[in-house]
Amino acid sequence: MKAMRDRVSILPLQVENIAFEASGKRLLDGVSFSLPKGGVTAVIGPNGAGKSLTLRICHGLIAPSEGLVRWQESASSAGLKRHSMVFQRPVMLRRSALANLMHALNAVGGADPAKRSADALDRFGLSALSGRPARLLSGGEQQRLAIARAWALDPEMLFLDEPSSQLDPGATRQIEEMIANLAREGMTILMATHDLAQARRLCQRVLFFHRGRIVEDAPAEHFWNRPETEEGRAFIAGDLLW
Amino acid sequence: MDVYSAFQAAFSLISTLDPQFLQIVALSLRVTLTAILLAAVIGLPLGAMLAIARFPGRSAVIVFVNGLMGLPPVVAGLVVFLVLSRSGPLGPLGWLFTPTAMIVAQTLLVLPIVIALTRGTIEELWNEYREHLTSLGLVGWRAIPTLLWDGRFALITGLLAGFGRASAEVGAVLIVGGNIAGYTRTMTTAIALETSKGDLPLALGLGMVLIALTLCINAAAYGASRIGARFAG
Repeated sequence: MKAMRDRVSILPLQVENIAFEASGKRLLDGVSFSLPKGGVTAVIGPNGAGKSLTLRICHGLIAPSEGLVRWQESASSAGLKRHSMVFQRPVMLRRSALANLMHALNAVGGADPAKRSADALDRFGLSALSGRPARLLSGGEQQRLAIARAWALDPEMLFLDEPSSQLDPGATRQIEEMIANLAREGMTILMATHDLAQARRLCQRVLFFHRGRIVEDAPAEHFWNRPETEEGRAFIAGDLLW
Repeated sequence: MDVYSAFQAAFSLISTLDPQFLQIVALSLRVTLTAILLAAVIGLPLGAMLAIARFPGRSAVIVFVNGLMGLPPVVAGLVVFLVLSRSGPLGPLGWLFTPTAMIVAQTLLVLPIVIALTRGTIEELWNEYREHLTSLGLVGWRAIPTLLWDGRFALITGLLAGFGRASAEVGAVLIVGGNIAGYTRTMTTAIALETSKGDLPLALGLGMVLIALTLCINAAAYGASRIGARFAG
């Protein structure tokens, strides 16, 4: 895995003026930002602001109606996907925890899937659950497994779509610890969240979305303390409903 | 012969493993199991493709396949008869009135069930898995092995439903097989014939085996769904 870390970086990610339309409604409009290597960036905003959609477009699950998502290096070179995504509701295959990891690694053609899977479980303290059917794990365990699965693919960047919004406080804390550790190791993370306290704890930069546009793009400290826009102030105060 | 002694004779046919009786049971199982196997090999991938592919006319295809689930066995038999008859397109194969023709007819009967049930199962799974599999680059046909494996318990139930239909039908195998003693006589065609001849013991004995078989299939289907629920959640 060492060799893979030395490869050419796919970052910075350049998002250029993307828009998305569905059945005549413009859900994203003129979204541009650049994401350099390292750090945790929060994507925040009210429901329907376009947070999840932006993550999905960046990850390549959905094609934008307009605009470009540009990676420094082709993101799918060398077999392995170099950015992976964790969803709000973890998608668990109807197999054991270990088999879920093996399946993902086999799909992208990773080397030595069995060892890499076992390493990933071990790393995130999930080894005891290895043989358990993944769908019968608790919500928190499933989400930790989903993050372990994403990590096993050895990505340079992770997209997290509200990774703890359906979890209890204990499980949420475990997820946040995982995210913080990954960030400390140099993983670049773009994370949508509803939880402002979580964004404050984890993120160094904030992209604030409102009605399909980026209204503020600022260092976290700056945004929390002196938001530049009326919408930003209202959102932090909890007054901005949509 | 009264019904009581018919039952006695039927039990002795089963318990003494009467060769004629065994031959009929064995042929029935061979025809039906081969037909199920063929229908699975053809129908599982087709059903999965129908579940994830989007093309013009897809709805029409789905309605058509669902409709074929109710295809009357005698009509399926008639179609296969016409195709395999001496003047039909596949007449030169000489399959008419052979077990092969019966396998073809039963495959035709079971195939719509397998395709339709697979389509339903896999479509539901695909909705759940789509983003994850797309994220892993498993799109189009590359997603199918994962989906079939993860739908295995529901799919087995579908195959057993097909087995139930094939083992119980009489019309198709009668038309294309001809109910030739010792060659194309199955449990259902034998029951129909022996009952009309008044030879109740053989008909009753075969009927009991058929009922036992149906019970086994249902037990297996129930077991598969229970195991699925325990393992897959």
